[in-house]
Amino acid sequence: MPKSFTPQIVTANDLMLGDVIYLTEGGWSRRHGDALVARSASEAQEMLATAQAQALKIVGPYLADTVLDDAGRPAPVHFREAFRTRGPSNYDHGKQADLRSV
Amino acid sequence: MYQYTDFDEQFVRARVQEFRGQVERRISGALTEDEFKPLRLMNGLYLQLHAYMLRVAVPYGTLNGAQMRQLAYIADRWDKGYGHFTTRQNIQFNWPKLADVPDMLDALADVSMHAIQTSGNCIRNVTADHFAGAAADEIEDPRPTAELIRQWSTDHPEFAYLPRKFKVAVTGAPNDRAVTKAHDIGLRMIRRDGVPGYEVIVGGGLGRTPMIGKVLNDFLPREDLLPYLEAILAVYNQHGRRDNKYKARIKILIHEEGVETMRSRVDAEFARIKAEFDGVPQHVVERIRAGFLPPVWKEADIAPVRDPGLRSFIDTNTHTHKQADYTIVTISLKGIGETPGDATSDQMRVMADLAERFSHDELRVSHEQNVILPHVHKADLPAVYDALRAAGLATANIGLVSDIIACPGMDYCALATARSIPIAQEISEAFSDLDRQRDVGPLKIKISGCINACGHHHVAHIGILGLEKKGVESYQITLGGDGTENAAIGERLGPGFAADEIVPAVERLIAAYLDLRLTPQETFLEAYVRVGPAPFKAAAYDEVQANAA
Ligand code: SF4
Repeated sequence: MPKSFTPQIVTANDLMLGDVIYLTEGGWSRRHGDALVARSASEAQEMLATAQAQALKIVGPYLADTVLDDAGRPAPVHFREAFRTRGPSNYDHGKQADLRSV
Repeated sequence: MYQYTDFDEQFVRARVQEFRGQVERRISGALTEDEFKPLRLMNGLYLQLHAYMLRVAVPYGTLNGAQMRQLAYIADRWDKGYGHFTTRQNIQFNWPKLADVPDMLDALADVSMHAIQTSGNCIRNVTADHFAGAAADEIEDPRPTAELIRQWSTDHPEFAYLPRKFKVAVTGAPNDRAVTKAHDIGLRMIRRDGVPGYEVIVGGGLGRTPMIGKVLNDFLPREDLLPYLEAILAVYNQHGRRDNKYKARIKILIHEEGVETMRSRVDAEFARIKAEFDGVPQHVVERIRAGFLPPVWKEADIAPVRDPGLRSFIDTNTHTHKQADYTIVTISLKGIGETPGDATSDQMRVMADLAERFSHDELRVSHEQNVILPHVHKADLPAVYDALRAAGLATANIGLVSDIIACPGMDYCALATARSIPIAQEISEAFSDLDRQRDVGPLKIKISGCINACGHHHVAHIGILGLEKKGVESYQITLGGDGTENAAIGERLGPGFAADEIVPAVERLIAAYLDLRLTPQETFLEAYVRVGPAPFKAAAYDEVQANAA
C-alpha cells in the first residue's frame, strides 16, 4: 500500500428514502462504522465501481476519506461527512438519530 | 384571491401524472439517475444531504387558509410534521420519500399548488412585496403584475433552457421590501404624470458575484411589460454565456458588456416583438384584476390596548395598513433559539385559522422567512395575539437582532460549505432578552451556508457567510449591506471566524455600535455608514488577537 494513501469508504444516498448509506462487505448500511474500508487506490476504485453498478438502489456514490479508530472501525474525516453520519443539528430526527434506538 | 383556471388545473394534474410515471420508471430501473435527475428537478425534487427535499412554489408569497392547512397536512402525512419557509417565499419539505412525492404533488394540486419551476435554468417563482395589497405606502398592488408574469413564463418554450436560472421580483411601493435590486429583473411600479408604468432594473443578484441591478428603463408603460420582458429574455438567451456556469447569469452579461449595450439590444428586440404583439387579451387582464380586488373592509370598535405584551407585539410586529382601522401583522417564525423559517404543522393550522377568521383568508410568506396576516382589523388584534401566543408564534422581534434570515446550510443543503442554522440559533439565544433587542433597534442579520448566498448575506447589515477553511467551518462577516431601495452590498470585514468565535464577534460588533451611536435613534446601518468599518473591525478582532497573544 503506498504510504500516501488515505483510507476511504464509499458513501451514497438511498434511492427510495434519500438517506445516507455506506458500502459494506455484503451490501449497504446506515452506519458509518460498518463501512468497508479501501486501503489502496485500486481497492477504492473497485469499491466505487461496485457501488455504481447498483444504481437501482442508490444515488450519487462517491469516495470519502476516513480514519480508523482503535478498534479498526472507520470514522469520518471531513466535517461534512461527520454531519452526514448524524443528521441535522437543529432537530434530533435525522435518519442516523433514528438508528440510536435500533 | 386569484383562483387558478381550468387550464392551470389540467396542466398541473398532467404534470403530476407524468412525474408519477417518471418516478415509477426510476424505481423500476428503466431510468438512470442521470436521466431522472433533470426530471425530478423540474418538479421541485432535490436530493439533499440527508434526504430528498421538495420545494413548493408559493407564487408571490400569497396563500389562503386552505392552502396553508394543506401544507400542514402534507407535513404530517408525508414529512416530519413541519415545513421550512424560504427566502424565495416558497416552502420546502425536508424529508419526503421518493415514492410518496407524486401523492404530495397531487395533494398540492388539490389546492392549486405545485412545485414547477422551483429549480432549473428557467424563470423561477416570481416574488413580490409581502405587504402587497395592504401597505399604506403602496402605489399599486404588485401581484397582478406578478401573476401576469407567472402565466406568461410558465412552461414558456423559449425560456425553458436559459443560460441560468432567472429571478424576477416586483414591488408596488417606494419602500422596497422585495429586494428588487438583487434580482435578474426587478420591477418597481411607478407613476409618471399620473400614468402607471414600471422602472425596470436588470442584472442584480447575489451569489458568487454580488451585484446591484441597474436601471434599464426608467419608465416602461404598463401595456409594454410582456413584450419588453420578452425582449430582455431573448437578448439574454442569445448573448448570455453558456460556456461557464459561474458567468452565465444576466448580471455578468451586463457587467461585461455594459448596460448601454444591453439597452440598445433590448430596444431593437422590443421594437421587433412589439410590432407583432397584440396585447394581453382583455379577458385575461380582467380575470387577473378580479383575483386581487381588495376585500370588503369591516367596521368595528377598537378598544384601547392595555396588555403590555400586546403593546410590544404591536410595536414590532405590525405595519401600517392602507385602511386606518386595519393593520398588517407579521408572525415571527424566529422564536428565540428556533430554526428561522420553520413552522410545525400545528402552527400552520393556527395560521390558516387566523387567516380565515381575521385576515380575509389571506396569508403571505415573506422573503425574510416570516408569515404575514395582511388584513387584520385592529379590533381583532387581542384575539390574534392570544392565539399566536398559545401556538408559540408571538415573538415580538420583527426587524430586530433575532429576526435572522438563515438558509438551510450544511444541516440540509448538499451544496453548503458550512452550517447556518446553529449560528442563527446561537445569536438568537445570546439576545434572548427582547428588551435588549429593542435597545439595539433595527438590525438585519442574514446567514448563508455557502457562496450561493440564498441567505442574502450580502444585503445584510451584518452578513455572515459560512465557508470551509483548512478543514473546519469558518465564518466571514460583511457589514453595511442593504436590501432596500438604497440597496448596497456589504463590505467584507476581514479574516473569517471559527464556528465558536462567530457569535461572540457579532456580540462585540453590536456592543461597538451601542457605544458609537449618537442617539438611540441612530440605527446600526446609519452608524456604520457614518463611521465606516474601522471601529467595527477593531471591536470584532481585538479580542481574538488578545486571546491569541
Ligand atoms: S446558500 Fe448555499 S448552503 Fe445555503 S441554501 Fe443556498 S446553496 Fe445551500
